[in-house]
Amino acid sequence: MTATMSQVGGIVRRKEDPALIQGRGVYVDDIKLNGELTVAFVRSPFARARIISIDTSAALAIPGVRAVYTIDDVRSLGPLLAQIPIGKLRPLLADGVVNHVGEAVAMVVAEDRYQAEDGAEAVVVEYDQLPASVGLKFSATDEVKIHDDLDSNILHTWVSHDWWPGVFELEDHRPAIAAAKERDDVVIVSQEMVNQRLIPVAIEPRAVLADWSHGYDRVTLYTSSQIPHAVAGAIAKTFGLPVNGVHVIAPEVGGGFGCKLNVYPDEVLVCFASHKLEAPVRWTETRREAGYSTIQGRGWIGTATITGTRDGEILGYELDALADMGAYSQNFTVAIPVLGLYVASGQYNIPLAWSVKCVATNTQTTDAYRGAGRPEAAYYLERAIDMFATEIGMHPGDVRKKNFFKKEDFPATVPIGLTMDSGDYVTNLDKLLESSDYAGLKAMQEQARSEGRYVGVGLSTYVEVCGFGPSILAEFGFGWDGYGLPSSFSGSGLVRINPDGSATVFIGTGPSGQGHETTWAQIVSDRLGIAMEMIRVAHGDTTDSPMGIGTFGSRSAAVDGAATYEAAEKVRSKASELVAHMLEASAEDVRFADGGAHIVGTPGHKVTWAEIAEVAYKPHKGPEGMEAGLEAHAVFSPGNATWPFGSHIAVVEVDVETGNVDILRYLAMDDCGNVISPMIVDGQIHGGIAQGIGQALFEEAVYDENGNLLSGSLVDYPLPTASDLPMFELDRTVTPTDVNPLGVKGIGEAGTIGSAQTLVNAVVDALAPLGVKHIDMPLRPKKVWQAIQDAQEA
Amino acid sequence: MYPRSFDYVAAGSIEEAVGVLASNPGAKVMSGGMSLIPMMKLRLLSPETVVDIGRIGGLDTIEDKGDYISIGALVRHGAVASSALIGEHAKALQQAASWTGDPQVRNRGTLCGALAHADLAADTPAAALALGATMVAQGPGGTREIAAADFFVDSLMSALSPDEILVEARIPKRGGGSAYDKLGRRGGHSDYAVAGVAAWVSVSDGVVADCSIGITGVGTKPTLAVGSMEAMTGQGANGITAAADRALEGVTVLEDLYGSEAYKSHLAKVYTRRALEQAFAAAG
Ligand SMILES: Cc1cc2nc3c(=O)[nH]c(=O)nc-3n(C[C@H](O)[C@H](O)[C@H](O)COP(=O)(O)OP(=O)(O)OC[C@H]3O[C@@H](n4cnc5c(N)ncnc54)[C@H](O)[C@@H]3O)c2cc1C
Repeated sequence: MTATMSQVGGIVRRKEDPALIQGRGVYVDDIKLNGELTVAFVRSPFARARIISIDTSAALAIPGVRAVYTIDDVRSLGPLLAQIPIGKLRPLLADGVVNHVGEAVAMVVAEDRYQAEDGAEAVVVEYDQLPASVGLKFSATDEVKIHDDLDSNILHTWVSHDWWPGVFELEDHRPAIAAAKERDDVVIVSQEMVNQRLIPVAIEPRAVLADWSHGYDRVTLYTSSQIPHAVAGAIAKTFGLPVNGVHVIAPEVGGGFGCKLNVYPDEVLVCFASHKLEAPVRWTETRREAGYSTIQGRGWIGTATITGTRDGEILGYELDALADMGAYSQNFTVAIPVLGLYVASGQYNIPLAWSVKCVATNTQTTDAYRGAGRPEAAYYLERAIDMFATEIGMHPGDVRKKNFFKKEDFPATVPIGLTMDSGDYVTNLDKLLESSDYAGLKAMQEQARSEGRYVGVGLSTYVEVCGFGPSILAEFGFGWDGYGLPSSFSGSGLVRINPDGSATVFIGTGPSGQGHETTWAQIVSDRLGIAMEMIRVAHGDTTDSPMGIGTFGSRSAAVDGAATYEAAEKVRSKASELVAHMLEASAEDVRFADGGAHIVGTPGHKVTWAEIAEVAYKPHKGPEGMEAGLEAHAVFSPGNATWPFGSHIAVVEVDVETGNVDILRYLAMDDCGNVISPMIVDGQIHGGIAQGIGQALFEEAVYDENGNLLSGSLVDYPLPTASDLPMFELDRTVTPTDVNPLGVKGIGEAGTIGSAQTLVNAVVDALAPLGVKHIDMPLRPKKVWQAIQDAQEA
Repeated sequence: MYPRSFDYVAAGSIEEAVGVLASNPGAKVMSGGMSLIPMMKLRLLSPETVVDIGRIGGLDTIEDKGDYISIGALVRHGAVASSALIGEHAKALQQAASWTGDPQVRNRGTLCGALAHADLAADTPAAALALGATMVAQGPGGTREIAAADFFVDSLMSALSPDEILVEARIPKRGGGSAYDKLGRRGGHSDYAVAGVAAWVSVSDGVVADCSIGITGVGTKPTLAVGSMEAMTGQGANGITAAADRALEGVTVLEDLYGSEAYKSHLAKVYTRRALEQAFAAAG
């Protein structure tokens, strides 16, 4: 076996890839239990209707169909738990009314999925169709109020100066901005923009399999989830079990992007059915129904306004927006805009007035989707800044630099009251402007224009907030209390040296492809000098992993990674004493490397990890009075979030005759602090940018006015593929944080947060000679072409 | 995405497959399954019997028959795209096949399956029209030939009767030059055509002696652009733009998620012009 010693920062191959790329990974759908039953759902064809009757008799007559359940069977278990109980919580199955197309009305359990689907087709539901409220502006009028027991479709309004009354005392910037607008030396740019709804489309759809053991009064739930412990909490709370009565296993998870950061009705319902029918019960989402059974993201319309002087000083940034919540509130639904609010003023030291209304519509629920509020915030801000720069004829980089917090301003408190610990935005942007030869790109654009070609150069910067802390912030509704798992952003890690000298690392995260097995092994290998091949990273099983809140919000490395680092330090410290005893030296002189330990200055004088472990597990061989064994657990509670940032540039060419956009180059300069695993960080940025470009150019959840999802299949929901994207040219600056001992900041969402507006800025820049000022995403050729026609007519 | 129940027959010969189709009006033939299976999974189509011709030997050849190229029923898009013979004599078809779907789809989906499926936004039908392909259909009474111009009847409807199998597509070697150009749904050449145009021209003394143009994506079915064909004949390169302006004669343009009627009408003209320009250059 090869022995790969990796230090933090070393480039290593991903430990998880051999299984995954050979198709030998184990996902929920690969796990087969004896006597399994399977579920299909009857789904509503209407966006809003009263249910008059449900006739299940024909379905029950189909061979193999074992049961059909409706809300009457499960009402006492609902509604679905959520952290932020604002809005209408989702019933486990439609309760008298349906509120979006595809809402589950009944659940058919059969011996195989084909029978279950035939059964679902045979259930006769009589509906009385009601007018639907679809479209943010329409829904906000309350002309059709969706829920009888709520006052309005507007569920809540988040405002920047008073978003958490009683906790943050904030200055209201609105009077100052209003005053600035009265000045006659200011320029005001204002634009209404859509940040369209997206469908997450993880490559592995959601899948659940419940096995209720009556003998032990315990349920095992296999689920494709980012949050195994939270699922256990929610299922326990729902069924009145102690949390140790629920065993959740999230094996390989094929992508999540936030859409597996919810406890869904199906997770509860398969447990219910397994209990009732005394058999394992499975449901695997089909790609088609994912548009109805899994949360969606984004869906904002808002007007961004910048007031500033002609020399580029920004005197106020305002956003007035509506955000689409869908019909029901689930886990974080109404809180998602708050994550945008945290970075509403970006990396700028500027007055802010933000107001986002959360509006219910007769569509699928929205919740966290890669970036969750922050891509929306960055989009509005960075589009507006670009328009402002164009309006005053200033270099878009110069406008940004003029208003940035400067390196010496940190720690810097933003208008909504949070404090960014570190940042060096000017250096980062300058490095990108230089490495991209921005001036050269603009010269190339001029040359192209003289040849009748429409080339554009787009720039955006961003700051993101992730790896949340301090713990008090969790009281806002991010603490899993709703799921019966009171917590507060802490992460944990357990490092065990096995008696043979190999190491097993147990973590409480819920990776879905990010490469935690590699990254965590690097952290431990770096601390202990154990070869990567001798380290196994275990996760996703709530009985053998330490308590953890899951993988989301770009938090895992910065929080659970830091905890694992500290656990490894504890092991190192104990092992140092063991080695000192074995080699008759002093513990301070022990060094760990190359699969063992030696005494500083005498590299020949060494022991292997197997030898150290043997002594650790045989107390009579170790130092007098030392506790046997060699493992340590640590919990890390971050004192602040981390604040990664960066700058992106896109170069595009637009075929003005057809509206087709061709991406010529894409460059990114990100700063996630210290880098543990460069290849994994680059991979995260690649995927993030691809998703941002997907939003900018291709993707859109399109609903018609009756609430039908017109783009529910991948035929009509185009996703970017490798062949649609250029080579990404990545580089970085390194501004470590001292919020955690690794100096790392999250990188999972940064690419997405930085990229959509970079593309739009580039396309608008390309079309500036034609008078185009803005085009709403996705920039499909038809829209680009239409914008050109409209600008020409104007 | 679970089909209704159906019977499956793996045919050993075309004759056997035709026999099953003839005796069972609810049967459907499957070649690559790239379109049939998704439609069955969505329960948009629920044949009682699926007759799989995919295991029949000898149907996957591309052959030079002197005055035409014979493409067998099981020739995949990928094979069409990489065939030097087709590249030499039927560039438009090669381009259309190479811009169909992704590598997986091109390695499973067949040219004949795509033609028989007659999707209104499929690429290769436009090339079959422009190149004057002949479809060879085999039914219970033997084989018959159908001109491409008569083959695409309506959206998802070809001239094949339910008990006929498209066993071969013949591409005449007519000389001249051809080209296919398109705007895909994901932009560039990616995905189904928002608008796709194939053109074939033969040029003598700098003017077009003969030409045909097939349009896909914009209307209810892949169609010959008869107006542009008429306008182009007898013209040199400088007649291309005017000819392209007549691209929509006989075409009913449909609005969809990818474009308004006005936009798609505009694209039809743009791509007719571009395809003609490229075909003209290739012919010269
Ligand atoms: C992801 C994806 C992307 C795609 N992208 C594109 C694209 O960009 N452009 C494009 O043009 N197409 C695209 N397609 C469609 C693809 O090209 C067709 O599905 C495929 O070529 C059809 O051929 P097949 O052999 O798979 O036919 P099948 O799916 O087997 O059959 C399709 C239909 O034709 C009938 N049929 C098949 N063979 C015969 C025959 N020999 N005789 C009579 N009837 C027959 C079947 O009964 C069925 O009704 C895409 C498909 C997928 C799945």
